Order: sequence, then structure tokens, then C-alpha cells
Amino acid sequence: MSVKLVNISKIFKDQEDIQKKVIAVDNVNLEIKEGEMVTLLGPSGCGKTTTLRIVSGFETPTKGEIWINEKMVNNIPPNKRDTSMVFQSYAIFPHLSVAQNIGFGLELKGWKAKEIEKEVKKIMEIMDFLELYKRRPDQLSGGQQQRVALARAIINKPSVLLFDEPLSNLDAKLRIQMRIEIRRIQKAFGITSIYVTHDQEEAMTVSDRIVIMNEGKIMQVATPFEIYSYPINTFVADFIGRVNFIPGKIKEKNEKKWIINFCCGKKEINNQTGKFKIGDNILIIVRPESLKMFYPKNGELYPIKGKVDKIVYLGPTIEYEIKVEGLERKINAVIYNPIEEGFFKEGDLVNIDFNPKAVQILPAQGLKIK
Amino acid sequence: MMKIHKNWFNKSVQELALIAKDPLLLLVILAIFSSLIIFIVYPLFKVIIVSVFSKGQFSLNILKDVISNWYFRQGFYNSILMGILTSLFGTAIGFLFAFTLARTDIPFKNVFHLIAIIPIISPPFIGAMAIIMLFGNNGLITSTLLGIRNFRIYGFRGLLFAQVITFFPVAYITLRGVLESISPTLEDAAFDLGGSRWKVFKKVTLPLAIPGIASAILVLFVETLADFGNPLILAGSKFPILSVQAYLQITGMYDLPRGAALALILLVPSISVYFLQKYWVARKKYVTVSGKPTSSSHKVVSLVVKWILFGLCIFLAAIILLIYITILWGAFAKVWGFDNSFTLNHFKYVFSVGFKAVTDTLIIAVTSTPIAGILGMIIAFLVVRKKFPGKHVMEFTSMLSFAVPGTVIGIGYILGFNSPPLILTGTFLILVLNFIFRYIPVGIQSGIAILQQIDPSIEEAAIDLGADSQYTFKRITLPLMIPAFFSGLIYSFVRAMTAISAAIFLVSAKWNLMTVQIMSQVESGRLGAASAFSVILVGIILLAILIIRTILTLFYGSFKGTMLKI
Repeated sequence: MSVKLVNISKIFKDQEDIQKKVIAVDNVNLEIKEGEMVTLLGPSGCGKTTTLRIVSGFETPTKGEIWINEKMVNNIPPNKRDTSMVFQSYAIFPHLSVAQNIGFGLELKGWKAKEIEKEVKKIMEIMDFLELYKRRPDQLSGGQQQRVALARAIINKPSVLLFDEPLSNLDAKLRIQMRIEIRRIQKAFGITSIYVTHDQEEAMTVSDRIVIMNEGKIMQVATPFEIYSYPINTFVADFIGRVNFIPGKIKEKNEKKWIINFCCGKKEINNQTGKFKIGDNILIIVRPESLKMFYPKNGELYPIKGKVDKIVYLGPTIEYEIKVEGLERKINAVIYNPIEEGFFKEGDLVNIDFNPKAVQILPAQGLKIK
Repeated sequence: MMKIHKNWFNKSVQELALIAKDPLLLLVILAIFSSLIIFIVYPLFKVIIVSVFSKGQFSLNILKDVISNWYFRQGFYNSILMGILTSLFGTAIGFLFAFTLARTDIPFKNVFHLIAIIPIISPPFIGAMAIIMLFGNNGLITSTLLGIRNFRIYGFRGLLFAQVITFFPVAYITLRGVLESISPTLEDAAFDLGGSRWKVFKKVTLPLAIPGIASAILVLFVETLADFGNPLILAGSKFPILSVQAYLQITGMYDLPRGAALALILLVPSISVYFLQKYWVARKKYVTVSGKPTSSSHKVVSLVVKWILFGLCIFLAAIILLIYITILWGAFAKVWGFDNSFTLNHFKYVFSVGFKAVTDTLIIAVTSTPIAGILGMIIAFLVVRKKFPGKHVMEFTSMLSFAVPGTVIGIGYILGFNSPPLILTGTFLILVLNFIFRYIPVGIQSGIAILQQIDPSIEEAAIDLGADSQYTFKRITLPLMIPAFFSGLIYSFVRAMTAISAAIFLVSAKWNLMTVQIMSQVESGRLGAASAFSVILVGIILLAILIIRTILTLFYGSFKGTMLKI
């Protein structure tokens, strides 16, 4: 185990009134494997950056233990801790050259100037920006500064590499390019990494596993595929991508099949985990692209029916909003390849079906859906 | 209330516990606090004590006595009147200059800028000297050119003229900054919406500049009230000015309590107006959110107005140049007003008889300047980056000397340091200490400004890569503060070289200053020697600025043009 967080909590005291407390991180437990890239993802204020700064040593946890490489590091100050951070603002030293910036860590270790130069050139070559060797920071673009910050963090060969929203200052196109680049370099060097972002697409592309956080707590830890397809609660489901919550009731369940009653018909779905009984009210979670729409035909029963409320034509896809009686939130459906699947008009009555493999069941009680 | 006190107490204890882990830091904080208390607070405290205690008893008699005296009351009214008029005229002229240079495309902008800067880097009484040389009894204009023998330049008219010329550059610098921060796109937008040029100026430009204008007026008021050199030369006995009266009480009458009481009366309006400016007006500044950098569109005034403004600027620049040419000429003229032919006698005099004052001034300035510069950076660093109880008190106290007139500080220093435990009067040390603590605020302010711009994660990055806090300060923070350090350095050097109001109380036979020499030469009517001293003084300052800028460019080329606008 490369990094282990055990019962980590961080409570900040209010600046104005120290009796008031703000729980930034709430009993977080997390294990990260050697060479793994784990992303902390969540809305702003969810505690992801604080967690990262606790690993780096810039914040001390109020409670809990941090382990790096089987060693408890709570009492090791950030300059002695074997972590390197890529800062949101890059934090390039403006008075040092690109080479001096990248070699800073080696300079601190007392390396000789020649060896530093060799090592800096080597890493810049691997990262493919050797031509910037002699530049000064004020002659760099945002993306180039990003590379310098990354090289500076990697050259120390840290046990853990920490990324604090590293791409949020770049424009959209560069962001896509750089996240691929970061992933490539992280894999090439095989460095265990923790990556903080609030951009879910970024989290999906760079991570081995994603940790979804909300209000200081971990909501779910899973691979990008599992997070998207099988969210374990409504927060995760709602936070990642777009989602439909459809109420139903369990009619039948055994080892082979689960049958759910919906408003207008029953439907067999894939096997589910979780404690449910026959007769339980449930919600199914299903993504818009897993829905199919049909014009009603005599004799055919579909689980849901509604009326097309709004159509957005995007070229390769059409998005429909469908009003279903008794549901406050409209159902979203995305139809790919509309020429094949057919077009629907506003006001059309439609039947809705979904892919039984692409659903997840959650208990309906105590759930609030916006 | 109890709860707040308890919280404050708890917070202080926590902060103290943190500092206690770093003994060096604790030591530095304690040392700075004690020196601020001894060399800023204590002298002021002494001024108050001496004014309200007589024969060991608390008494308001001295203050009552001073206030009931007609001549002192007149001095107070005159000082206030002079302050108000100078601040209004000075700000108006400063605005005109700033507006023309910031918003029109007249030629020779850089030349105008340089001319407006000269009064800031020269001794504050040069205007008064030149006015006497031009309009006095033997004045070039009044006597030689016009043949008027008894033109009265001493008093209200002459002083007001000298003060406006001396202080309008301060308003110009402030207002140019303000006007340049107002995005021209706002004016373009107003034009686009159909406003006429005059309407745009009246409804957009002027209102946005109002906080800056108010701030300039108040700063000029404080500076004029505190000024000592010009009134000493020009006010005359019929137009008494408070700062001069306080000085004369002490050096002429040896009446310390009365001098202190007058200083106290001078202190009250200065301090009140200063804090009005700092904590009220300065906060009202508008922040124009800038998107893309915009350049001035140069359409805000019509051609006619542009050339009228250009003419006014030329007129003003000509007056300033006239003053400096007069001084320069005076330094080389045999007997000013009678025989203006060329001579080097005055310079020979300065280099023989008066040379000790030159070396003394240089030694004192060169000693105090770097100490003030480094102290300023350390205080700025502590205030921005560290948490400790009394942090705001430290910032407030170190800024206090901005607000206190030099005369008051000078009197405070004699009162405070002429008896045990600290006997410093007459020494080299008292001048150096006085200069250090009077001129740290600019260093602190530019240090704070630059630190607030340095992203704390730059320091974190160094620590993250393995540097400890001392190495980080040395290798990262300090080099980044270099421009602020040097601009603080230039300011304190210029001020130390040109100081007069406090220093005049502290000089002695052993340690004298050029400014004080110039004053005594003026008083004994030796305008040639005074001019020669002034020329050398301004020459040294220009040379020093040149050297500091060269060092900066050589070693810190990348900082070119970020600071040091002087």
C-alpha cells in the first residue's frame, strides 16, 4: 500500500468566532496502491483540496493517520515528506530560469551543478520540451508553465505526486491535451498520484480510480466505469453526468432475475446487490443514453410513458425532455443516430424503455431528488 | 463582550504557542516591537507628557497659555489656511498635469514627467530659496529686470507659491496612478452611448477619480502642515506658521514645554487628517475590473482643449525649470543680484569650509538607508505572512511616522533622549535612528504590496520540494521582494539627504547636515553658498538613484521597469 489515510478529519476554527467549527474533512479512509492514479472529485468545498494538503503536510489533520510507504508521516514536516505537488497556479519561481526551477529539488539535495543539468535535460527530453531549457518563466505560455511545474515535481522522484486542480487555469483545448499528457507521464514514471479536480470529464480520463467527495465525506470510491454506470447513491449519480431517477416497486426477486413494476408496466432488470425485499419502493437510476423511445402501439406494454416536452437538436444526437405524469423531474433521453432511430415532435406521446443491464437500484425512502 | 475577549485571548495564546516553536522569529518580533516603542511611540509620548505636566503635576496650564496667546493662535490659523489652500491648488494643478499626461497624446510626455518629479527628489525648501532669488529684495525679476526695490515676497503670497510648487508633484503622482487605472474603455463606452466630451469627463472620468482627488488633497494638507523649510525661509514674522514657531520656542527661547505644547497642537490635525485619508478615503477607491489590457483611445479631449492643456503644462514646467535654473545660476554667480558673473568660489567654499556637512550627510544617509530598507522588508514579511498577537499594532506603529510632522518628532527626540537612560542628543546615532524610523513606512508599504502579489503557493512549492523556511525566505521570498526593497531604499535615501524638519533639532557641532547648512546660509544671506550646496545635494541624489538603478538592471534584469518609477 503506497498511501493510506486512516480516519482523517480536519476541523477548522472559524476566523471570527473560534467556538464555531467547520468540518472540512470528515473521517476519511482511503488506500492507494503503488503506481495508481486516484482522483478526488467533488463540488467546491467538499474537502478534496484539504485532503490533498493533509497528504502533502501543509495541513495537519485534527484526527487520524497518514501513512506513506508503510510509514506514519503525521509528524514529518512538508519539506521532509516524500511528496511533490503540482500547484493550481503552477507556483513557478519567477526569478529563476526554467532549468533552475526544474532543478530546484536537486539543488536542495546538494547535487553538483553538472549532474543537475544532466538530469534536468533528461527529464525535459522525456517530457518533450527541451527547447525551453534556457527560457525564463515570463516567456512561457500557460501550458509550458504547466510542464515546468510537472517536471519540477517529478525530478525529485517522490513516492507520491500530488496534483491540485492543475489544469483549471488552461483553456479548454489545452486542458484536453494536457490531461492526456499528464496521464502519459504519470504512467511512464509509474508514480503513485493523487489528483484533485472538480471537472468530472478530467477525472474520468486521468484516473485509475475516482473518489467522490461531498461535505468532507467520501461518497464512493470506484473505477470511472463503475462510478458512471453504478453510482451507489443519488449524490454520486446526480453529480456525475446526467441521470434519470424513476420510481418503481419490487415485484419479484430471486437469484436469477429481478422484476420491477413501473407506472405503466413491468420490467426485468439485471441482478442487483443491496438489501431489498419484495414490495419495497425503489428508484432506478438510468442514464439518458440508455433510454429508448417508441410511438405507442396497441398491445405493447412499456414501463414508462410520457409526452415530449422539449427537443434539442445537436447534430449527431437529439436530446428529448419527456414529461411523465407523477414525476416532478422530466426524463432526459439522448438518441444517437436519429436518422436510424427516428424523430419525435413536441407534444408526441411516447413509450419509454431502457437497457436492463444499465440500471442501478436505490431505496426510495429518505431520498430527496431535486 | 466577555466572549470576544476570551476568544481574542485564546487566539493570541494559540498564535504565541506557534511562534514559540520558532525562537528566531520570536526574537525578531520582540526586537522590532521594542525599537518601534522606543523610537516612535516614546518620543511622541514625551511630547504629550511635557505639555501636560508642569512641576511634576498634571496641568493644562501650558496648553491654555499657548492657546490664549494671540500670536500662536494666528500661527495655527495660518498653518491650517496654508494647508487648505496648498492642498486645493496643488491638487488642481496635479490633476491637470496628470490628466494631460495620462489622457492626451501631447508630445514630450516623458520630459514633463521628469520635470514634475524633480521637486520630489530635491530638498523641500529649494522653491522658497529660488523665489527669494527671483522676487526678493535683490531678486532677478523684481529688482534686476523690473527695478522694483521693495517688493514684498515674504509672507502669505510667496509661501503659498512655494508650497504649491513643492507639493503639487505628490498630487500629480497619485492622480496619474488613479487616472491610468481607469480603463479608457469606460470613456469609450460613454462616448458610444452618445455623451459629449465634456459630459463624459464630468459623468465618468471625474467621478471615478474623486476618491483619488480626495486622497491627494488630504495628503497634501498633512504635508503642507508639517512643512518647515519653506515657511522658515519665506513666512516672515508677520505671517507666523506653527511648525516654525515651535522650532523657535525651542532653539530661540529654550522653552521646551511651550515648544512641546505647540508640537502637540500641530500633531492633532495632522494625525486626524492622515487617518481620515488612510482609513476612510483610501478605502473608497474604485476598482475597475480589467479584461484585456486597453490602451488610451486619446479621444477624450478635443484638439483645442488638448493644446490648451499642453500650453498650461509648458507654463508649469517652465516655472519649475526656472526655479532650478535659478539655483544652478546662483551657485555660479559672484554676488546674486549685484554681480551675476561666473565664479567657482561658492563651490570652493563648500568643498573647504562646508565639506564636513557633505560627508556627515552622506555617512548618515548611507548608514540609515540600508537598515531602513531591510527593516521595512522584514516588517512587511511579518505583517503579511506571519500570525502573531499585536501584528496590527506593529503595522500601525511603523506607519505612524508618515502622519507625524517632522517638527514634532524632532522635539520628541530631544525630549526623550537628552536624559538617562538614553542620552543620544548630539550623537551620530540619534540622526541615524531618527532617519531609520521616519523613513521605513515606504519600504513597508511597497514590501506589503509586493508580498500580497506573490502567490503563497510559490513559497509552499519550495517547502514541498524540501526547503526549510529560512532557505525559502533567502532563496525565494527575498529575491522576489528586491524591487520593493530598492524602491524603499531610494525613497529613504532621498528623504535622508533632504530631511530638515526633525533633523534641525538633532544636529550638533560634531554631526551636521547639508540641509541645515543650506538653511543657515540662506538665513545669513549667502545665497550663492546655499545654491552651491543645493546643487551638490541634488547631484548626489541623482547619482545615487542612477547607481541603484544600474545595480538593479545589471543583477536583476528581469525586473526592469516593474518598479522604480522615480
